[in-house]
Amino acid sequence: MSGGVDSAVAAARAVEAGHEVVGVHLALSRMPGTLRTGSRGCCTVEDSMDAQRAANIMGIPYYVWDFSERFKLDVVDDFIAEYAAGRTPNPCMRCNEKIKFAALLEKAMALGFDAVCTGHYASILTDADGNKELHRAAAWAKDQSYVLGVLTADQINHSMFPLGATPTKAEVRAEAAERGFSVANKPDSYDICFIPDGDTKGWLGERVAPVTGNILDREGNTLGQHDGAVAFTVGQRKGLSIGTPAADGKPRFVLEVRPITNTVVVGPKEALAIKEIAGNKYTWAGLAPEHPDVAFPCHVQIRAHADPVPAVAQVVSTTAVTGVLDSVELRIIPNEPLAGVAPGQTAVVYVGTRVLGQCTIDRTVSAVPVAVTASVSTDTVPTASVPTASVSTATVPTASASPVPVNA
Amino acid sequence: MAGMVVYLDHAATTPMLPAAIAAYAEAMSVVGNPASVHSQGQNAKRMLEESREIVATSLACDPIEVVFTGSGTEAINLGIKGLFWARAPRRRILVPGGEHHATLDTVEWLAQHDGAIVEWIPLDHEGRIDLGALADAIARDPLDVALVSVIMANNEVGTLEPVAEVAALAAANGIPVHVDAVAAYGYVPVDFRTLAAAGVSALSVSAHKVGGPVGIGALVLGRATTVEPLIHGGGQQRKVRSGTQDVAAAVSFAVAASAITVEQRAARQPEGAGGVKTVRLAALRDRVIAGVARVAPGAVLNGDPTTRLPGNAHFSFPGCEGDSLLFLLDAAGVSVSTGSACQAGVPEPSHVLRAMGRSEVESRGALRITLGHTSTDADVDALLAALPAAHAQALVAGLADRVPGH
Repeated sequence: MSGGVDSAVAAARAVEAGHEVVGVHLALSRMPGTLRTGSRGCCTVEDSMDAQRAANIMGIPYYVWDFSERFKLDVVDDFIAEYAAGRTPNPCMRCNEKIKFAALLEKAMALGFDAVCTGHYASILTDADGNKELHRAAAWAKDQSYVLGVLTADQINHSMFPLGATPTKAEVRAEAAERGFSVANKPDSYDICFIPDGDTKGWLGERVAPVTGNILDREGNTLGQHDGAVAFTVGQRKGLSIGTPAADGKPRFVLEVRPITNTVVVGPKEALAIKEIAGNKYTWAGLAPEHPDVAFPCHVQIRAHADPVPAVAQVVSTTAVTGVLDSVELRIIPNEPLAGVAPGQTAVVYVGTRVLGQCTIDRTVSAVPVAVTASVSTDTVPTASVPTASVSTATVPTASASPVPVNA
Repeated sequence: MAGMVVYLDHAATTPMLPAAIAAYAEAMSVVGNPASVHSQGQNAKRMLEESREIVATSLACDPIEVVFTGSGTEAINLGIKGLFWARAPRRRILVPGGEHHATLDTVEWLAQHDGAIVEWIPLDHEGRIDLGALADAIARDPLDVALVSVIMANNEVGTLEPVAEVAALAAANGIPVHVDAVAAYGYVPVDFRTLAAAGVSALSVSAHKVGGPVGIGALVLGRATTVEPLIHGGGQQRKVRSGTQDVAAAVSFAVAASAITVEQRAARQPEGAGGVKTVRLAALRDRVIAGVARVAPGAVLNGDPTTRLPGNAHFSFPGCEGDSLLFLLDAAGVSVSTGSACQAGVPEPSHVLRAMGRSEVESRGALRITLGHTSTDADVDALLAALPAAHAQALVAGLADRVPGH
């Protein structure tokens, strides 16, 4: 129970459904703030008190469990490391994967609980054979199935999302008010909870030392200097401060961040279009496809608030493309090239409303080939085998040798 | 009694004595500000001062030396900040590492805001202050020491501290000593006259730890001692603690204090090894200690095994989280504590165990079981009946949630 309206109503519904419910607030910081300020941040003492008051009203016990150390290691430090490695991580997914449905669930099961119940907007349905499936929420605008895409079958079997079928958030707020919860009109929380002022760049700047490096074009020519590759994200246009204009006079965008050589690659907007996404850290949210190595139609969503786009996906065992021996990856080919994709993001694969699985993106292929005369930059994996496309990867080859789904 | 709840957290707070509740309710219906000149004021003043005398008797001090405060924490703040300010420009404050947060946070505040230099005196493995280290610390620059503050009985692990020896070391250098007697009061004799003779200047207690109400404590301030006040106003109580005095709370406190006096008089009888309550609690405590050793092998008793509070049994359970054990015992109807401070209900690793040289992991699997005037053999039976299953399950839950990538 975060102290917000969703988890309070979810708990109340679980109580009414006849479950024996205990309210647990996760302490994710050793030094929580005292008061909530606006809609930013969470896990303040005030939030904990809000959660406790809701638990009091529904008459259930309430405890604070301290996951601050796990959270720091698995979410905060991971967030910093991912940025430092030139990727764009989603800490909320990492928190679901490592804390809420892992550390918390494990501890709860060991203490005799059967499931973790949260206020996420998503649905768990059961197929004809009794297998649990993760689906989008009825309220499309509030649907949070994307950030739950990291859940595995085992985790889904021990999860409950009582808000999944609720058509609107307004209805949840009305129900909270009816139940007498003080949090009925509490603002939604946005942003990253451990960066309370919302200044992600500034926060990262204090933790990842910026080092001056080169800005390159796709052909490998140096166009200028940057003050630290980590400050750039794929798709960024502003703040490049390149003196010479592009030959075609068009604006240039960040196409790639290469932390190993501390370089930033820029190019025309068209080059941001991605025709292939792949990642070798993939999981299935429930029953795995019977033949995952046979390409199947699906939709892929690459950000929490992005629209899903039609695609085909398959699991490919290969040594040639990534240069990593015995690599097994989930490869997703959108029907139309897709913009706004960066390594580190999570690609969630849907079939209809069902969340089938996900991968952390570690490889993308641009739809626009590099000019034939291009000199090939040295820190990417071999491009010779794919002469018609530039391959972008932020993965250190030796660090990506996990061929099996993670999150066991 | 509500249901089958077994309350074993008397160090957090203990049930009010029925007589203290009755006296409180009766006194609340009496109108009159003790500072008023008219008859009602005089009546209120009489009730207040009678209460002060009874509290003073329980602490073996003069009534004028009892300064009522709003809590034990306020008393400690007044004792420490008041002495520090009165002793300006001296800067050094010497404190053992395992003090209550009321002391820790007060001296840290003085360090951050008022130029204090705080020096932490180490504890031994049983939580006892290292007197040699204290002597060395004093000797480094005795003229710059503003005060020494020491807890009389550790509120977590229960060890009784050599307060008189601490006072003697300080007094030899003219340094005032504040004693935090909040956990000790009512459980072991707190004799201010004897302590003052050894060199203690001020001593803090709280009413709700001894069967009185929450909302009143006292700083015993030796008549020769001056402190700067925290609170300014009408100049009540030696101009040290302004604010209209809470007569009803003082009356109720006095009822609890008189029970302590009776207990201590019994303890001083030649044939008695202790008061009835003390002997009874020590026997229950020893049942807890022996029983835990039997049903939860591997549990480690923390603190001095014998020189400890009669109602305190404090254990580390290797491989368990303290808050898992607390949750499981709570679910079984047994209320205990992890003993350490909470921020938003988050148990921190015990700074007391850390100061005793324990690792951070060891400092987490701690559980404090504290007995009080309502405790019975049946309570101990219930704890020992619930503990094996809770311990086994907490071991399974283990420290898994601490281990990343598990």
